[in-house]
Amino acid sequence: MRIEPRTAPGRLMTLGVPVLSAVIALALAAIPLALAGADITLAYAEMVKGVFGSVFAFSEMLTRATPLMFTGLAAALAFRAKLWNIGAEGQLYLGAMAAVAIGAGAVDIPGIFLIPLIIILGAAAGAAGMAVPALLKTRFGADEVVTTLLLNFIILIFVQMMLEGALKDPMSLGWPQSAPVLDQGMLPQLMPRMRVHSGLILALVLAGIAQFMLARSVWGFRLRAVGENAAAARHAGIGVNRSLFGVAILSGGLAGLAGVSEVAGLKGYLTADLSPGFGYTGIVVAMLAGLSPVGVVISALFIASVFVGADSMSRAMGVSSYLADLVVSMSLLCVLIGGFVARYRITRSTPTVGAA
Amino acid sequence: MDILQILLSESFWAASLRIATPLIFGVLGALLCEKSGVLNLGIEGIFAAGAMCGWMAVWLGAGLWGGVLIAALAGAFFGLIHGILTVPLGLSQHVSGLGVTLFATSLSYFTYRTALPNVSSPPRIEPFRALDIPLLSDLPFLGPVVFQQTALTMLALGLVGLVWYVLNRTALGVALQAVGDNPDSVDAQGLSVYGLRIGAVMAGSALMALGGAFLTMSAFDAFFFGMVNGRGWICIALVIFASWKPGKALLGALLFGAFDALQVRLQTEVGAMVPGQVFLMAPYVLSIFALVIAARKAEYPRALLTPWFKGQR
Repeated sequence: MRIEPRTAPGRLMTLGVPVLSAVIALALAAIPLALAGADITLAYAEMVKGVFGSVFAFSEMLTRATPLMFTGLAAALAFRAKLWNIGAEGQLYLGAMAAVAIGAGAVDIPGIFLIPLIIILGAAAGAAGMAVPALLKTRFGADEVVTTLLLNFIILIFVQMMLEGALKDPMSLGWPQSAPVLDQGMLPQLMPRMRVHSGLILALVLAGIAQFMLARSVWGFRLRAVGENAAAARHAGIGVNRSLFGVAILSGGLAGLAGVSEVAGLKGYLTADLSPGFGYTGIVVAMLAGLSPVGVVISALFIASVFVGADSMSRAMGVSSYLADLVVSMSLLCVLIGGFVARYRITRSTPTVGAA
Repeated sequence: MDILQILLSESFWAASLRIATPLIFGVLGALLCEKSGVLNLGIEGIFAAGAMCGWMAVWLGAGLWGGVLIAALAGAFFGLIHGILTVPLGLSQHVSGLGVTLFATSLSYFTYRTALPNVSSPPRIEPFRALDIPLLSDLPFLGPVVFQQTALTMLALGLVGLVWYVLNRTALGVALQAVGDNPDSVDAQGLSVYGLRIGAVMAGSALMALGGAFLTMSAFDAFFFGMVNGRGWICIALVIFASWKPGKALLGALLFGAFDALQVRLQTEVGAMVPGQVFLMAPYVLSIFALVIAARKAEYPRALLTPWFKGQR
């Protein structure tokens, strides 16, 4: 028995594997559900109802998917260049901090100027957060996995410090939260009386641009070359460090936008529990998407459905809502194995000589 | 000077060793995995699984050492998952490790919540008590600092020696180091690269889980959400700081413990001038500095992160 690479994984394989992995993960979730003593059919029915049962439920799912699209894109782009940015969580908070620092009354200008300003500064803050580990990697060879991970903790503690200090809302009666973003600085809502906001549109547009750039531009070609074989890319005259630094900035900026969108699109102010791990979940989103920007949109919708659906299921059935995290983590493991199955096949015979 | 007074006190060094204990387990575990060529980012989740399983086993009546055993087995189980994904399947060690962290964490939390759906204050167990070893405990300074700790701290210190001995003085250790440096040579000798690597990842993950078990069974006497709080990631940084050497790993963990113990003691004194968060941030900042300095001359196991497939050269 031996393992050999498939000659060309077909289109069906590349599309089918993530979908199948997600389905398998959902099916596997029946085991913990059963162990928790829930009626499985009823549980899944509640889950579906929690996402598609009403316009409100569906809009909640879209709201939840929005930050995941940003962090998913952040991970997908970086991972394409084999730059392991695990720091989207921290970069998200940097973006959110910038958004309230500028949007909560620092400047009182009309929304048509304020909103772009918040978006640009939020992205810049996230990008700056990723520039540090990128610099440490290209200059000193410090592994970016560890530095970005540790920075998440540093940034979160910094946020808590700011929320008790410079960014604290004097009107908040002692709660560690920032002053609210000015009304004209809030991203417009998409539907009346729903929470879904135009951050979703921004995410969709950026996913489209990223897809186009990756597939068609010289920049995209370089990035893919660096990811596939850095040594060969260097040999071909591509500035590997420059490419890595560029994609680091973009990745950090996208993660920063997740924070902007949560603060200026949804919550209105910053607290230390703004993100329930959107940065880490973004990694799963990107892997499920096969690191394709358009795929990120779809897998963010799927993961958001799992979260929103599992939430309403856990309320209805009395099962722990940690089930959602469990399904998401199992999806990641399934898609990893699925990706292997798509790329290799296991044969019993020895390969025939001369066969291509 | 106050700092001098702190540094000379027995209680300070005893606290440093206590805080360092989970890190010692974690660094040794990560070191074993990486020596064989596999980076294990599952560590943060394996800590949580060890903490939860050890605690729950004791709570269900398995006894303290029963809890330790169950925690180690849970760690080995997650190590097996990571090992299969990264060794014979050769999948990205970064992504698989993160997947294991997410899986182990969410599975632990889910199990805890399912077993105890509606408790506001977590049930407590009777944790390991400080030992009182005759003669050794009466030694000046060393007695209270080293020999009046709990059995798990003793175990951690013993494991430093054991891991060093196995790696440097046994055939198994030599094979393990070779598989992380040059798997082809190991294969040529007729040894199983897959077997050695998966075994190392499982053993290392079991050690990581003991670090988690220390949290619930020795440091605190209950399990709560988020209790691992980045300790696993710090271990990953400490392995590089330690250049993959058990003795230096102990030193690094102790330095961290000492720093953490110092910040708690200083916080009350300078807290008025500097926000407390500065002290909380410091260990992470220090880790990054250590990483930058160590990375320049790091002697990585040469095959780290590189999958090896039988019959492909």
